[in-house]
Amino acid sequence: MALRPDLDVVAAMVPRGSRVLDLGCGDGVLLDHLIRQKECAGAGVEISDEGFHACVARGVPVVVADIDQGLGDVDDDAYDVVILSQTLQATHRPALVLHEMMRVGHVGIVSFPNFGYWRLRWSLAARGRMPTSRSLPYRWYDTPNIHLCTIRDFETLLEHEDLMTIRRVLLDERGRPLEGARLRRPNLLAAGAVYLVGRSFP
Amino acid sequence: MLESGARLGPVEVAYETYGTLNDDRSNAVFICHALTGDAHAAGHHGDPDRRGWWDNLIGPGRPVDTDRFFVVCANLLGGCQGTTGPSSEDPATGRPYGLTFPLFTVRDLVEVHRALLAHLGIDRLAAAIGGSLGGMQVLQWVIDHPDEIDAALVICSSSRLSAQNIAFSAVAREAIMRDPDFQAGDYYGSGRGPDTGLSIARMMAHITYLSEESMREKFGRRLQHGDAPHFDFSVDFQVESYLQHQGESFLKRFDANTYLYMTRVMDYFDAFADPAEVGAHLEGTSTRFLVVSFDSDWRFDTEHSREIVRQLQAWRVPVTFRDIESPWGHDSFLLDIPEYHRTVEAFLARTADDRGI
Repeated sequence: MALRPDLDVVAAMVPRGSRVLDLGCGDGVLLDHLIRQKECAGAGVEISDEGFHACVARGVPVVVADIDQGLGDVDDDAYDVVILSQTLQATHRPALVLHEMMRVGHVGIVSFPNFGYWRLRWSLAARGRMPTSRSLPYRWYDTPNIHLCTIRDFETLLEHEDLMTIRRVLLDERGRPLEGARLRRPNLLAAGAVYLVGRSFP
Repeated sequence: MLESGARLGPVEVAYETYGTLNDDRSNAVFICHALTGDAHAAGHHGDPDRRGWWDNLIGPGRPVDTDRFFVVCANLLGGCQGTTGPSSEDPATGRPYGLTFPLFTVRDLVEVHRALLAHLGIDRLAAAIGGSLGGMQVLQWVIDHPDEIDAALVICSSSRLSAQNIAFSAVAREAIMRDPDFQAGDYYGSGRGPDTGLSIARMMAHITYLSEESMREKFGRRLQHGDAPHFDFSVDFQVESYLQHQGESFLKRFDANTYLYMTRVMDYFDAFADPAEVGAHLEGTSTRFLVVSFDSDWRFDTEHSREIVRQLQAWRVPVTFRDIESPWGHDSFLLDIPEYHRTVEAFLARTADDRGI
């Protein structure tokens, strides 16, 4: 079965045979792909019962933990790649999670919906209502997404954490890589983004 | 030949099986029992009230589904329920071994299981499952023979005991060995034995198997008879009566020397002591682990399981881990806790599907 387009973008950033930790791995579909198709040694971390049981049913190794508590059990540099796919915005402490993922992994891959996307801005500006969209389908009172940010905000956080962007792929509303002129105004025209992040050394 | 170099033999093994071994012998599951368990893990032998100690987990349609799997459970080496142990006759002297029985290790327990499987014509297991000391055997088994087991289920276990764990073992052994009827372990046939010591050891151990919460819920400060305390040293509180019953009923089925040996086996266990050897075996193993702990277990608390997970992950072994909510302490692994059973069931079902069972 084909991966969701944004997961495809993430998977393409993972080198074959790497050790992968997927934070907030959900139903384990991305890890399953990386383990089977790219010979990765992978482990997922998931907090929900549904996610855990979906991973077990799939045969994907998963540890139940709350990533907002940090990754105290995991050694520094234990993984080649740490993935945070569509999870950052649902964490209570995004800066801590980002810091921890870059402690235990050589590189990190972060994907998130861009709250600066024009449709969302329009909804708030013109209709005066909290926006919903394909990637943010929840209403304000039942959403797990509590820390939404824009592309610009995220890049400021990277700078603040002494991290650098190795590669960035902008996504359209369907999670496919953005093409053409729209690339020139990412914070307005990209519905989401995937970042390959490394540590910067001064 | 034991790990210590001592020789022992012949070794007799008591075991039970449930379900049917399939034609390609690929559906075998081994159950490793804990400190005071035995081979009677499931079903009953005519008396429906005397069901196996893991009957809620093993059986047709149960999480360890005997319609799919062929399940084997054996009494441990050094045991007192049919397998050769300190109470068995030493062929060299014609008398029970007592304390002349050689000390053995978790590795030795595993080697006896493997010899039994060889006898049954099984060279690969779909799964090995154990709680507490049982989990230690599963862990050691995979470390020593990484490709013999597809799914390793290690439940509320430990890769090595803490000082507190060893301290509890030490006091239990002291209670037995200081009993005037212990007679240096050579009490067989004398008409008396260290019953007082063994029952005290069991009573104390039982406290560590329950949680504060479960004891409060089960007994509170309720009195055994009426509303007024006797105000003397008799058994007055319900919890006292319960422990006394546990201690006394244990005497009927357990040998004090076996208790000494089994607790010592656990004290010396240190699964990851030799990283080079462990790494050479575990790296690249196809065995998948399920590690489960219970949040109210303080005998082997969640940290013991986390340490197992951390060590296994460091060797790139696929591990699934979950700390399950349960108020019942260490004993939880023997109870029908829905999330726990659901997890075991799903993990084994996946294993069976992968093997085409």
